[in-house]
Amino acid sequence: MKKLFLILSLMLATPVAAVQPDEILADPAMEERARDISAGLRCLVCRNESIDESNAELARDLRLLVRERLVAGDTNDEVVDFVVDRYGEYVLLRPTLTGANLVLWIAGPVMLLIALAVGGAYIARRRKDGPEGAKPALSDAEQARLDEILSQ
Amino acid sequence: MIRGMIIELGHFALILSLAVAIVQGTVPLIGAHKRWYGWMAVAEPAATIQFLLVAASFGALTYAFVTSDFSLQLVVANSHTDKPMIYKISGVWGNHEGSMLLWVLILALFGAMAAWFGGNLPPTLRARVLGVQSLIAVAFLLFIILTSNPFTRLEVPPFNGQDLNPLLQDPGLAFHPPFLYLGYVGLSICFSFAVAALIEGRVDAAWGRWVRPWTLLSWICLSIGIGLGSWWAYYELGWGGFWFWDPVENASFMPWLIAAALLHSAIVVEKRESLKSWTILLAIMAFGFSLIGTFIVRSGVITSVHAFANDPERGVFILGILAVFMGGALTLYAARAGALTAKGVFGVVSRESLLVMNNILLAVAALVVFVGTIWPLVAEVTLGRKLSVGPPFFNMAFTPFMVVLALLLPIGAMLPWKRAKMGRVFLQLSGAFVLSLSLAALVWAMQTGRSALGPVGLFLGAWLVSGAVVDLASRTGRGDITARLRRVMRLPRADWGKAIAHAGLGITIFGIAGLMAWEQEDIRVMNIGDTAIVDDLTIRMDDVEQVRGPNYFSTMGVFTILKDGQELYTLRPEKRVYPVAAMPTTEADIHNGFWRDVYLVIGDAQESGGFAVRTYLKPFANWIWAGSIIMALGGVFSLSDRRYRVAAGARKTAKASGAVPAE
Repeated sequence: MKKLFLILSLMLATPVAAVQPDEILADPAMEERARDISAGLRCLVCRNESIDESNAELARDLRLLVRERLVAGDTNDEVVDFVVDRYGEYVLLRPTLTGANLVLWIAGPVMLLIALAVGGAYIARRRKDGPEGAKPALSDAEQARLDEILSQ
Repeated sequence: MIRGMIIELGHFALILSLAVAIVQGTVPLIGAHKRWYGWMAVAEPAATIQFLLVAASFGALTYAFVTSDFSLQLVVANSHTDKPMIYKISGVWGNHEGSMLLWVLILALFGAMAAWFGGNLPPTLRARVLGVQSLIAVAFLLFIILTSNPFTRLEVPPFNGQDLNPLLQDPGLAFHPPFLYLGYVGLSICFSFAVAALIEGRVDAAWGRWVRPWTLLSWICLSIGIGLGSWWAYYELGWGGFWFWDPVENASFMPWLIAAALLHSAIVVEKRESLKSWTILLAIMAFGFSLIGTFIVRSGVITSVHAFANDPERGVFILGILAVFMGGALTLYAARAGALTAKGVFGVVSRESLLVMNNILLAVAALVVFVGTIWPLVAEVTLGRKLSVGPPFFNMAFTPFMVVLALLLPIGAMLPWKRAKMGRVFLQLSGAFVLSLSLAALVWAMQTGRSALGPVGLFLGAWLVSGAVVDLASRTGRGDITARLRRVMRLPRADWGKAIAHAGLGITIFGIAGLMAWEQEDIRVMNIGDTAIVDDLTIRMDDVEQVRGPNYFSTMGVFTILKDGQELYTLRPEKRVYPVAAMPTTEADIHNGFWRDVYLVIGDAQESGGFAVRTYLKPFANWIWAGSIIMALGGVFSLSDRRYRVAAGARKTAKASGAVPAE
């Protein structure tokens, strides 16, 4: 029970919003970039939160790291690569398009195409068929069951 | 002594309800198969008794919470004598064991309602529906009694409890789970109807009409539950996020999407006797996603594979339930679906076709959410890759479906059944289209250089709302305005419900897009007396007070909001510490406005003096929840339509289905 309570509190313990006033960069354009990058990086010790939203110490360290790299002249991609090198792809809230992740990304479009094909075929059939048309053959068991219903 | 008795009686009632559920889950099903009417008749009183027993058990647990009976382990872990009464009550379901008992209570309630209002169902169908429903109850009662018994007693009761998580001590969250569960569990009735129909081997218009009110009811409750949860996150989590694509949120969102699809496909079954086998599959899937949601939330598997591995008992049990019911239903479906032949014929351009499109978009969108939710788990278990799937993925992969859905919706809503002419509908909707496009163009021009999100959201929102108005207007025929107004008031409630719900969707879509596109944020350190200028407002920090609440301590900032030198209102954001739970929380203070919210948060005291203060201007935030409420209201209108009052519909169609026994 205590464990559950702990899990529950971890789940929900995000009491204070993230970015502290002392973290903000003087250059608004660069700060904007830092916020954009932060929104895509996961706070490693939190539950499904970006470092931009999280109040955890580690998130703060990462936010400062991102800003440090930006000030050092890195591009956005270089900053993200730097963080991923250190912490692994787990930090990316938007999974990469590499390897098996392709399945994740193309699952939606592929399912949509299949659904459209099946739906299209169904509509085409409904247009042609009369009420009696294209009845699938019944198995013996189904026929028996149908007879049973019909006999009532 | 009496206190102890009540709890033991509650425990006993729970075990007794399992026995009743087992009887109700077997006798009527055998009776229906053998045509033994006496056996079938067992279902109705059994459903009532089962509900009463579970209600008694739930009542006993509530009593233990209300009287702070610390001989109950669950009360110790989740309550405290100082807690306000409303949270003592909501504490009953603010934990795993109690929430599962609520789950079963609602399950039994729906079963009993099906028994009470199902008097006009054909006797075999009714016996089968109640039997299948009771089998679900058996599974979950076993789950509670074997793995999550809320009535576990402590030999030595402690002096006081450990308190409920302070984040859960909130009116929004107190009523969030009951509504979600009403929705989740309501779909069990649709599932039972689907399985019963497959056993019967018969799906007709009457079936569609019976299933629709239950789907509507579930969908309404899910809409309210999800809305409440999102509203809670908005004002409680301290920075005004309203949707996080968290696995637990997705768990409630997937059944909502599928229920929305089912709602629409059941219309086609009812009106046109088509899409039958697909509708059955949707009904099975809708409850399947409810079970998956329960599994995700209750096993903790998505949060951490390790949390699951350490304590797999519950998760495996629910997975077992999922496997048995989904496996059983889908096998039955595979065997029987072929026998369900469609009757209605329709053209490519017809309301049927667009409803098929609606179903495709909603179902695939739900699957995208599903894949995104379980992908981290799949990747870790099969590939050993630890990765995250967060909001950036979902926003990209999910949003297009909703955009296309919103684009097609007003057209589909107005197309006639069977065979339609696109040109006519386009002509009717041209005004709405031009209006929406010009609004969006105007805003696009005004906001120069910002993302297209705002204008696109405005276009879709305006298109849906004006489309709904045109839809209603088109049903009033010709004549002078007073005659048309009179006629629009007399339209069936289902037509009103449809227009209201569609407009509500538009308002929500616009609210989300507007908030995301035009939010402003200001973060700074403020001392007492300092002012900050955010957009056209001046925020002045007047004071910081230390306040003591019933079960917390609070640091409360007092801020005055000014505009053009005029004092508008005072906001008092707080930072609270709940000593018993040892947890700090942020209580933002929000001035709700029609056009925008002013959202003020006070943070930690800074080392250099002063406090971190965040000001957010959140345009159209309230529109998101207003839209959800309007959507739910549309559902209520539709549900109250005379045609869908279960008994009335059943009486009429029972005769019809008697004449056409099978297809």
